[in-house]
Amino acid sequence: MQTTNIFSFHGGIHPPENKAQSLTLPLGHPSLPKELILPLSQHIGQSSRPLVSQGEQVLKGQAIAINNGFLSSFLHAPTSGSITAIEERVIAHPSGLSDLCIVIEPDGDDNWTERKPLNDWRRISKTDVLSYLAEMGIVGMGGAGFPTQVKLQGAHKHPLTHFIINAAECEPYITADDMLIREKTEQLVLGIEVLQHLVEADQVIIGIEDNKPQAIAALNNALAQHNSTIQVAVVPTKYPSGGEKQLIQLLTGKEVPSGQHPADIGILCQNVGTCVAVHDAIYLGQPLITRFTTLTGDALKAPQNVEVLLGTPVKHLLDYAQATHKKISRLVMGGPMMGFTLNSIDAPIVKTSNCILAASKKELPAPAPEQACIRCGMCEQVCPASLLPQQLLWFSKSQEFEKAEHYNLFDCIECGACSYVCPSSIPLVQYYRHTKSSIREAREAAVKSDLAKQRFEARKARQEAEAAEKEAKRLARQKASAQKTEGKSTATEAKKATPPAAETKTAILDESKKLKVDIALAKNKLKKLQKQLVEAQENEHVEEINHLQLQVTEQEKILTSLEQQLEKMATTPAEKSTKAAPAPVNEELKKAKIDVALIGAKLKKAQKQLAESPDDKELKANVSELEKGLVQAQSLLDRLTPSTAAQKADMLQKASSKPTVNDDLKKAKIDLAIAKAAVKKVEKALKKAEELKAPEADTLRQQLLEAQQRVDSLEKALSNPQTQSPMTEATESNASTDESAAKNEQIKKQKIASAMAKAAINKLKKRLAAEPDQAESIQQEIAAAEKRQQEADALLAQLTQSQDTM
Amino acid sequence: MLTVLLAVGILLALSLVFGAILGYASVRFHVEGDPIVDQIDAILPQTQCGQCGHPGCRPYAEAIANGEAINHCPPGGQATIQALADLLDVEAIPLDGDHGTETAKRVAVIREDECIGCTKCIQACPVDAILGAAKQMHTVISDECTGCDLCVDPCPVDCIDMVEVGVTSKTWSWDKPQGVAATSMNIIATDRKAEVAH
Repeated sequence: MQTTNIFSFHGGIHPPENKAQSLTLPLGHPSLPKELILPLSQHIGQSSRPLVSQGEQVLKGQAIAINNGFLSSFLHAPTSGSITAIEERVIAHPSGLSDLCIVIEPDGDDNWTERKPLNDWRRISKTDVLSYLAEMGIVGMGGAGFPTQVKLQGAHKHPLTHFIINAAECEPYITADDMLIREKTEQLVLGIEVLQHLVEADQVIIGIEDNKPQAIAALNNALAQHNSTIQVAVVPTKYPSGGEKQLIQLLTGKEVPSGQHPADIGILCQNVGTCVAVHDAIYLGQPLITRFTTLTGDALKAPQNVEVLLGTPVKHLLDYAQATHKKISRLVMGGPMMGFTLNSIDAPIVKTSNCILAASKKELPAPAPEQACIRCGMCEQVCPASLLPQQLLWFSKSQEFEKAEHYNLFDCIECGACSYVCPSSIPLVQYYRHTKSSIREAREAAVKSDLAKQRFEARKARQEAEAAEKEAKRLARQKASAQKTEGKSTATEAKKATPPAAETKTAILDESKKLKVDIALAKNKLKKLQKQLVEAQENEHVEEINHLQLQVTEQEKILTSLEQQLEKMATTPAEKSTKAAPAPVNEELKKAKIDVALIGAKLKKAQKQLAESPDDKELKANVSELEKGLVQAQSLLDRLTPSTAAQKADMLQKASSKPTVNDDLKKAKIDLAIAKAAVKKVEKALKKAEELKAPEADTLRQQLLEAQQRVDSLEKALSNPQTQSPMTEATESNASTDESAAKNEQIKKQKIASAMAKAAINKLKKRLAAEPDQAESIQQEIAAAEKRQQEADALLAQLTQSQDTM
Repeated sequence: MLTVLLAVGILLALSLVFGAILGYASVRFHVEGDPIVDQIDAILPQTQCGQCGHPGCRPYAEAIANGEAINHCPPGGQATIQALADLLDVEAIPLDGDHGTETAKRVAVIREDECIGCTKCIQACPVDAILGAAKQMHTVISDECTGCDLCVDPCPVDCIDMVEVGVTSKTWSWDKPQGVAATSMNIIATDRKAEVAH
């Protein structure tokens, strides 16, 4: 009741109010539109999740969308009817973009769902009341649409000194809150009481501008009747006193610090519309499905305030207010200062739409062209957030985001006061909005790139760890097997070894051990792979067979190369060291060779000298001596060479014959196993065919014969390890024997082949578009690929047909 | 003479003292790694696409630190080049067309009924953004996809599309005003009147 001290805030402007025209008529109640369009995102935060599906019947007040996460809200059917679509529709958004909406076709009955008022709100816990408010879909009706329960929860962090009800409504033209206070004074006071119960603030103040005398009188009246402690603070009319932070400053003298919320300094603000919505939810059990909206502007013959169902298209309201569509030059949702231009009259009213301004050209002329800043400083004088708009303009123009942030760009409330006073008509707010969204985008990109980096590094680390683990396992195995063989070899070594040859011997032994281990490992792997291959062939996995076959051949290659290495090792140096005799022989051989070469060189030199001075006796004697030495060395060399050569040849034979024989044997055995499996299958198929008296029986019988022949030949080959039968042949025989299985495989293969050919064609076509200069060659390739595809398709068709007939 | 010696002595002593301090400082405040590489890496978009010819963004950052051109990163585009130019105090040059062109942000989308489950794209993805197993359908976690294109080529059935990420009402941002130059023709008051009056 009593008035509080009124403080002041920096800046502000006094634009023409234009509030009278929409207050001449009483509150209007437009008829039901043909359809209601309810965007799933009518609030700040995550879009709601639809609870209904197309064609479903809904009742008035039934929840049609549920909150999707913490910062989200419920949505309810504003009237009874059927859901005709859940689709993208144009929404009321400055971008003019579409978003997902639930479309309801009213049935005209306006049947309410069961309403459950929360009459015992004083007794039940506050969290229950909050979650009830969330289920009623209540969000801040002032403009931002912040989910109310989230805001109330946030207010519990600090003890509240002030609970402020925002009824200032400072923006020109808009009178929705004024009308709401006049019409629903009782409900407003009751709603404030509920909220005060929830937040328990020391002081409750209604802040209202002095240009609403009727509303003020109504409020005072109602408060006197209720004997309420709620105070009414009448503030002088100045734009933007209705801004949350500005109103707080006006009523408490406290400034909300940069980057903080009012709750951080113990203050909570709620709009009058929100308070009435809370009343309706608690006392009547009605969710938020209507709101007060001002319809105004020179283009309307009957400007007025209306209580409108959410989702009503703007077009319907314009018709209701008798709009002259020709006269509308700009259709604005919100006020002339902070509103945005609507591109489509099909956009619906949402929870935050407080005004539709259908302005004529004279009323809201197109913005004058921007001119250079003359640094008059008027923008600074009117800024209600005490910022430096001029500095922010420079930084925004030159994209110096860091500096703009340093100058507290994010404290800008985008009230538009600076643009309003700018003599150069610079659209300052638009610059700030652009810069803000650029900074937000950059932040999001930074977060995303950080995430990508983390994932990339995690992947790299994982790959390295896998490789390291594999390597460690390999080393461990190697060590284990090395220790085993070492235990054996050291014993024999001790007996046989001669001191000079010991060192080289161990080194060579080590190497050969390693090789042997590798060979053992490779053989193991090969065996495994071959086993898998046999299994795969039995189970008819085409892709696996191909893959395994490749692996098997590769492994075989590795194995043979390893064995070759071992052979080399065994023939050359190993021989030298393991047997006591050949090593010295070899060394002697080397020595002898060197001797021969040396003596030869000396001899040549001496002969040259002799040629120069033929009389020198000493030289002659020297030469003859050298010649003798050469002969001796030569004979020694001759003696040594044959023995080693013989030994080499002997070793080679031994080493090479064994492993290859082993290998062939294994291969042959595997082939045999495969062929046998194939025979069994064909036999089975034959039996079936005979039972069904199918025409394929003959061919199957033939195939069985063939397969058996192959088995015989393979058995023969096995008994005679010299003959080889390649792996591929065996698999082919397998494929050809089992007809139905093979066909299945082939069909799969052909399908893949055709898909790959298609992909190749697509890729080539893309390339063709990208490189027109190589068109001919690419076209040829395309033709080839198409041919391939056709072949594959034809084969596929053939195969499927034959399978069907079977 | 004495003064000269004294001066020399004092200077010598000073130089020793300061030398010791500097030496200690260089050990005490030793910086591990190359901080400039980290700074460059922070600017790069981390798509790990390899279009610059390096296996990832960090290797390219290292290459830039060693003198490679700063215009080899198409996903980053001109904005990244500008940021790098500011950081390294070199001139901002246009994007090198050999490494690709700047495109709108895209994400990979697998046409799931065509996927044969070969896992080749999973192996190619540098940020583990593809989910799936052998012979099972794969799918892309679009929030994690950096739009690097690396999964498109390995696909044997060509079922991966690069789809542009459109603007929604949540990601939409205000345009930058056109500025003074765009409308400088209307400076005289009568011109403006003509525009506004009717």
